[in-house]
Order: sequence, then C-alpha cells, then structure tokens
Amino acid sequence: MIVLLCGILLMLAGIWTMLVKKNLIRMIIGFSILDTGIHMLIVAIGYVKNGTAPIIDAGVRLAKTAEGAKVVAEKIVDPVPSALVLTAIVIGLAVTALMLAYAIRLYKTRGSLNIDDFEEQKW
Amino acid sequence: MSETILLVLLALICLLSALYSIFTRKVLHAVIASGVISLTASIIYLLVAAPDVAMTEATIGAGLTTVVFLYTLKQVKEDGDD
Amino acid sequence: MIKQLLVVLALAGLAWLLWPFLAEFRVSESNNALATEYIHGSINELNMPNVVTAVVVTYRGLDTLGEVTVLFLATAGVGFLLKRRELKGGKRRAGTEILRTGASFLAPLIVMFGVYIFTHGHLSPGGGFQGGVVIASAMLLLCLAYVDFDFSHRLLTWLESLSGLAYAGLGLLGLVLLGASSFLDPRFMPAGNWLRLFSAGAVPLIYSCVGLKVGAELSTVLDSLRGPGGAA
Repeated sequence: MIVLLCGILLMLAGIWTMLVKKNLIRMIIGFSILDTGIHMLIVAIGYVKNGTAPIIDAGVRLAKTAEGAKVVAEKIVDPVPSALVLTAIVIGLAVTALMLAYAIRLYKTRGSLNIDDFEEQKW
Repeated sequence: MSETILLVLLALICLLSALYSIFTRKVLHAVIASGVISLTASIIYLLVAAPDVAMTEATIGAGLTTVVFLYTLKQVKEDGDD
Repeated sequence: MIKQLLVVLALAGLAWLLWPFLAEFRVSESNNALATEYIHGSINELNMPNVVTAVVVTYRGLDTLGEVTVLFLATAGVGFLLKRRELKGGKRRAGTEILRTGASFLAPLIVMFGVYIFTHGHLSPGGGFQGGVVIASAMLLLCLAYVDFDFSHRLLTWLESLSGLAYAGLGLLGLVLLGASSFLDPRFMPAGNWLRLFSAGAVPLIYSCVGLKVGAELSTVLDSLRGPGGAA
C-alpha cells in the first residue's frame, strides 16, 4: 500500500516535470522518474501477504493441491509482475540513451538546449 | 511492524529526492538526485520480496542511467540553469 | 496562465484515472490461477528453482525476443547518431594511480562475476540482463581509469551479432525438434537434476547468449556516448 502510493506520486512528479520544464535534459530526467514510478506500481500489485521471494529453495514449503497430486509452493510472491518489470527496466534504459543521443545532436546543431529556441515548426 | 517503518522511511527519502531533483537549479544535482531515487527504489523492491527486480534496478538505474546522463552533460557543456 | 491551467487539468485527470488503484487495493492472500499454473509448471516440468526465469524465458519467451530487438534498435540508433568522425575535440584527464591499480585488479573479477550471474540464472536471482549490465560496468571502469582505452569495435559487433543469431537459432531448434507451436521452448535438452548447473533444458545456453549480447550492446552505447578525445 505504501509502495503503491509512492509509485503513483513518482508518476505524477515525472509527468509534471515533463510538462513544465524547458531544459531538454530536465525533461529526460522527468521521463526517467515516470518510468521508475510505473515499475514500482506494477511490483506493488504482485505482493502476497507474508510471501517470500519467488525462488524455490529449502525454506519454501511445498504442498499438494486438491486436484490430483499437483505440487505447488505456498506463500510465494507472484512471479509474473517481476518478469514484466525486468523487461521494462532494460527497455527504459535503452530509450533514455536514445533520447540523450538526440539531445546531443540537437545541441550540436543549434547551440542551446532550451526548447523555446527550436521553433522551426511552430505555426 | 518494523518493516512498515522502514518502508515509510524509504518512501519518504524517495519522494524528497524527487522534489529536490525537480526544484534544484543545477542540472548536475538533478541527475545525482535521480540516481538516489533509483537506489531507494531498489531497496524497496528488496523489501517487497522481488530480488530479481532489485538487482536489475540497482545496476541499471543507479549505475548505468546516471553514467549515461553524466556523459551527456560532459558533451553538452552547459552551465546548468533552467 | 492558460498553460498552467492546462497542466493542472492534465495532472488532475491522470490522478483521477489512477484513483481506483488506491481505493480498491487489497493485499492478496494467495496467488491467482495463472501464477499457480506457472509455479506448478516450473517445479514439475521445467525443473527450475527460479520461477521468474521460467516465466521470462519459457512462458513469455516472445516478450524477451521483443526486448532483445528493442535493445538492438536503440544501440543502432545511438551508434548512428553519434558517429566518432571528428578526432579532435575534448581532452580527457588521466586517472590517478589508485584508480589505475584498482581498475586493473578489479576488472577481470567483475567480468567473472557477471559471467557467474548469467550462467546461474536458473538457480538463483539474476539472469542474462543483470549479468550483461555487470559486464558493461567493468568496461566502464576501464574506460574511466585509462585515458586512451579504445574498444575494438569489430570484436564487439561480431560478439553481439553472433549472440543474437545464436538466440534465434536456439528458438528455431526448439521448433524443429519438438514439433509445432513450441518456438523458444527450452525443453529439447534434458531436464537434469534439481540445482545442478546443467539442468533445466536449454535455459543456461539461452541466458548466456542474452547476457553476452546485452553486455556487448551496452558497452557500445557507452563508447558512443563517451565522445571524442585523447590524452590531456
């Protein structure tokens, strides 16, 4: 619950930064904060009360369910949100690096990083 | 109970770093603050029992993202005000 | 004034969309049906202690293929935008003696640690992506310590391309050996014993390819962003 609230507040802070600031690098920092907030939201949903990590070692109790002697582990955290967030973190890094490469090229062309100076396509 | 207190403390540090990163004047300080956000997020993931995500966030968020931002700042050579 | 009002409206709209997450959130007491199915399959059919690896490589293998593609595209984009054609430019400061000694001692150990992480991805937390990032950070340490440290671009390109090709090839091998509808299924190699290194099918091979590919790609991105420059 605390983690969920922290994630939502980070998302709002990131979007506010992207909308209000004028420096290109600050907008990219805001995008990175938004990304972290979304990942925290997804991981917070997958928590099971008093659950342990989704690795099956000697400490996890195995049990049999009702239908025909299946063996499942009890009380471990949902593994699917962890797997999705793993992918999302690496993709976030790749997209941030690409955005920063674009920022460097824009600076070398125009000499400034303020988005008010790029006004070729304003109508 | 102590775990709840630890989670509240870490979430507070995370949100204060986010506020500092938005409202500071120099871009270099904002980049370092975003590294602190990723670091506290990694410890929060460990407390919510997701060790794979914690490892990935610690190496990528607090390591490579901050370094990529610092390399960009070196190439752009700006003074750092908004 | 209008702009600030629109920003506040946008944030309020987003907060209203996210409000049901907070209001109706109950901490779950047990796993839902999909998670139970994946855990059961990971213990009995795949023989893999790390359930997250089972989900990433086997049950959601196409997502991992898409992620590898996105990383490749981003690396190609960064390399294309920041070509190191100009050899003049900034100067770099040489690292101090402590940094140089420490880096030359630690860099092989960090690479070995990264290789350990991605070969044991099915037994303990970790996997291909974490191991690849650790290898890239060893390269970064060498870049910071030695001023005129240059990567061999030819070696990195060949390593990345061959790893990507091997990953796709292992997926197709699963399709050929196990019949239709089993692309990227690692069950064509023997499952082995619990908690041994060579167990859980072809997952160590798949994760090794992914780890090498990610490490080579991130080293290329760091080298492109480093910019030109020689000794100060």
